[in-house]
Amino acid sequence: MTDMSIGRAVKRTEDLRFITGKGHYLDDFGRPHQLYAAFVRSPHAHAEIRKINKAKALKVPGVVAVLTGDELAGDKIGTLICGWVIKGKDGSPHKAPPHPALAVKKVRYVGDHVAVVLGETLAAAKDGAEAVDVDYKTLPAVVDTATAHKAGQPQLHAEAPNNLCYDWELGDKAKTDAAFAGAAHTVKLQFVNNRLVPNAIEPRAAIAEYDAGNGEFTLHTTSQNPHVARLVLSAFIGIAPEHKLRVIAPDVGGGFGSKIFIYPEETVALWAAKKVGRPVKWTAERSESFLSDAHGRDHVTTAELALDKEGKFLAMRVNTVANLGAYLSTFSSAIPTYLYATLLAGQYKTPVIYCDVQGVFTNTTPVDAYRGAGRPEATFVVERLVEEAAAKLKLSPDELRRRNFVQPNEFPYTTPVIHQYDCGDFPRAMREALKLADVPGFAQRKAEAKKRGKLRGLGYSSYIEACGIAPSAAVGALGGGVGLWESATVRFNPTGNVTVHVGTHAHGQSHETTYAQVVADRLGVPFESVEIVHGDTAKTPFGMGTYGSRSAAVGLSAVCKAADKIIEKGKKIAGHLLEASPHDIEFRDGKFRVVGTDKEVNIAQVAFTAYVPHNYPKDLEPGFEETAFFDPLNFSFPAGTHICEVEIDPETGTTEIVNYAAVDDFGKVINPMIVEGQVHGGIVQGVGQALLEGTVYDAEGQLESGSYMDYTMPRADNVPSFKVGTIEVPSPLNPLGVKGCGEAGAIAAPAAVMNAVHDALRAVGVDKVEMPATPHRVWSAIRKAKKKAAK
Amino acid sequence: MYEFQYERPKTLAKAADTLKKRKDAKLMAGGMTLIPTLKLRLAKLSHVVDLAEMKELVGIKASKAGVVIGAMTTHGAVASSAAVKKAIPALAQLADGIGDPAVRNRGTIGGSISNNDPAADYPAGLIGLGATVVTSQRKIPADKFFIGMFETALKRGEIVKAVEFPIPKRAAYMKFPNPASRYAIVGVFVAETANGVRVAVTGAGGSVFRVPAMEAALAKKFAPEAVAGIAIPTDGLNEDIHASAEYRAHLVTIMAKRAVAAAIGG
Repeated sequence: MTDMSIGRAVKRTEDLRFITGKGHYLDDFGRPHQLYAAFVRSPHAHAEIRKINKAKALKVPGVVAVLTGDELAGDKIGTLICGWVIKGKDGSPHKAPPHPALAVKKVRYVGDHVAVVLGETLAAAKDGAEAVDVDYKTLPAVVDTATAHKAGQPQLHAEAPNNLCYDWELGDKAKTDAAFAGAAHTVKLQFVNNRLVPNAIEPRAAIAEYDAGNGEFTLHTTSQNPHVARLVLSAFIGIAPEHKLRVIAPDVGGGFGSKIFIYPEETVALWAAKKVGRPVKWTAERSESFLSDAHGRDHVTTAELALDKEGKFLAMRVNTVANLGAYLSTFSSAIPTYLYATLLAGQYKTPVIYCDVQGVFTNTTPVDAYRGAGRPEATFVVERLVEEAAAKLKLSPDELRRRNFVQPNEFPYTTPVIHQYDCGDFPRAMREALKLADVPGFAQRKAEAKKRGKLRGLGYSSYIEACGIAPSAAVGALGGGVGLWESATVRFNPTGNVTVHVGTHAHGQSHETTYAQVVADRLGVPFESVEIVHGDTAKTPFGMGTYGSRSAAVGLSAVCKAADKIIEKGKKIAGHLLEASPHDIEFRDGKFRVVGTDKEVNIAQVAFTAYVPHNYPKDLEPGFEETAFFDPLNFSFPAGTHICEVEIDPETGTTEIVNYAAVDDFGKVINPMIVEGQVHGGIVQGVGQALLEGTVYDAEGQLESGSYMDYTMPRADNVPSFKVGTIEVPSPLNPLGVKGCGEAGAIAAPAAVMNAVHDALRAVGVDKVEMPATPHRVWSAIRKAKKKAAK
Repeated sequence: MYEFQYERPKTLAKAADTLKKRKDAKLMAGGMTLIPTLKLRLAKLSHVVDLAEMKELVGIKASKAGVVIGAMTTHGAVASSAAVKKAIPALAQLADGIGDPAVRNRGTIGGSISNNDPAADYPAGLIGLGATVVTSQRKIPADKFFIGMFETALKRGEIVKAVEFPIPKRAAYMKFPNPASRYAIVGVFVAETANGVRVAVTGAGGSVFRVPAMEAALAKKFAPEAVAGIAIPTDGLNEDIHASAEYRAHLVTIMAKRAVAAAIGG
């Protein structure tokens, strides 16, 4: 083991270039003769487009072209797609109305794409966009999630009566209802899982080029999955045949899901680049990001838990209305269904579960995966129910959980909602978390706070998530349109250093560091001699990209497989060089050795021999490069317990997080520093959802929280120093035993924080506060409870 | 941003000249509001007259009579000034709570008060302390300077040169910030001055205002409990997605109470 081995906190390779401003972000790029694109966006949430008059815009100095949806359709460019078809209760497929990249006849949300103006300068393009005269006939808008599918609402799409995309269910309704009928206790909650705006630090951007000489398109874009972008843009949207389109996603400044999707802007940029014969560049402004990046969450849920008199869970029943926005985004249909309801068992042995979900269209920005994607929503349902049940049964929250956990000796454990958990130790993670959070000292801290007029509360969140969405066949059976395997090529260069080409994409996850740690370890080469290449369809094997905490569990597994193939081939070459049978060669610490002897050869020498095969096995191909694809047998299931302690100032309603402890089981940890960073970031995003981030539309569908003046991003002073611990229960389903850590914080934290808030407020008679629990909301809830008590 | 002419005059006379001659000219004194407004195309100007070169407008002078702060002095400079911290610590603390470090290192007192954002902090400080605004033409008492939302007594071509603050016996500023923008949802400046107690509220209404009932109560007894029971009417208070008028009215009382406690404690 070296200081760079798996398990060591190796400092990030990426940091030097990022911190010194030498990263390659898209807006830093330019192409000769490029034009700048500015989009004309709908100011209305719902309107007919009567006429688009370009004349004034075309007169603006520097404006080269104004293009609209009619022209796009005229050039036979297809509409955007949703890659996952959900089948409803009656077996019918979900309603997927056309989603044109530039609106045709109608706009359906504020920010919807009406036209694109191409200018010699950005200023010219923007002046031009302002000068495009669009005659709208405004229509009434549907904004409210809960009532969008009720009778009498304005209709968004002719294809989707009552704005209903699907009415879907999972689980056994009859058995669930029967269990509720015989239950000693039931708990029922109704709540909103608030809509979030992703806010990656780098806004989305695209530079599209068309080479008329060879008919090839090149798209530089801020993507989490360049190969998927190429596939969708070629096979479904019809920009170009796949082999004539190269997609490059260089350094990308955060994605959180929002850069998985294939959006109108890059589609239009590619089409326009060919149409006008010049490269086209577009970079979102922050206010455009607010309007046009796919949002996250937005559920309205009624959830019930049935328990017997000892507090054993008998059944769970959940109804959710999920707001999908104005159109289906790339994977939006799957998020509130297969990535949500399948996690409702949580860490518990709830025997029967029933969930139905109505996915609805509204005149709002499309909603899709956002860090955690369905799993934060599921965790919130389960963990809020458990905590309320504990209060109702007067059991401590940890005791109630303990009585219902799947025990370490019960794996593999099959839940009533599809998943089979491979492994875990839920009681141990909670035990560790209780220690880390100093739960025994809480009563004293609470009493001390009370003396200062403050309300203290403690909240738990024992979450489980499903990562590395797999295997492909299972995903296909559930309606997914893609395979969710991963790929890697490990290439020894003749001089002995290693280039690894991977299908995953890093946009903040530190793959250049962690992948290199794994490769260096496995092949016994110096960490510094390993280079990770990602983000370019011309340089990497086809891969599905990075999201759903899948890169370690799936992507690194492919890397390991490819490295193992290298070792196998190396044994043949070494055997030849050492005059022994390959079967007698062992590989350790970068050396091939004849078993039981000191005859050995370094892997670098083997690599050189493979490229200069003067003394080489007769039947063996030259070269030292192997590619592997890995399709996992199952999801991986990171899990853990987070405990949050808050102090509320009842005079102002301000909630302060005074203590936050997290103990997670991510399986084998490759780089503890990077894992801790991922946990910190995830928790902060979860805290953002719980306390700060409110996406507010008015009744006309105008986004009122469309800038940082009104949308509260979490900042350093909103959170304490986190206490973070891990336990390692290695997954048996991949070579490294890893599970994934990218989303855990965002999944666990909202429930932990809101359980703590509710615990604190129980003392003053408050039974409900919605997220985000802003000071105004908390104060209003306290006031309401006081008024009620006074009556 | 629309196109405009950018000027960086070295004298007040030159700056005033452009303002008088060009109807769509505006001063820039840090630009913390003006630049975002331009970037969002919410303003179309012929000229931006940047006061950044006007060295005579920068600086802090403290004497027994009071503290004089040049209009182009940044919030950061006020917050970290030993003289201000000694003479009027509440003012240094107010400046230290404006925006974030980037804003504090660019934004200026002259820019802030001339803009008179209803949620800005400085107006409360000026009214609370009974300051005087020194302009290129005259001296204006703070009570007559802030007219209404984004509106001041400044005439066309009149430029703020400095603000004179008398030294209070004791004072404190308590802000309940908007969680997103960190502007004041409610900010209350309380000061016991040679001319009586002053209570100034920012963030809650269309412009900074005083609370006579609280001032009278505190004149009798300068203690938190003196104001704890005084509720201000909700009429005319701001309402937005962050706070209702009721909540703002409530916070005025709470912040006043805490400001008094801080003034006594400090």
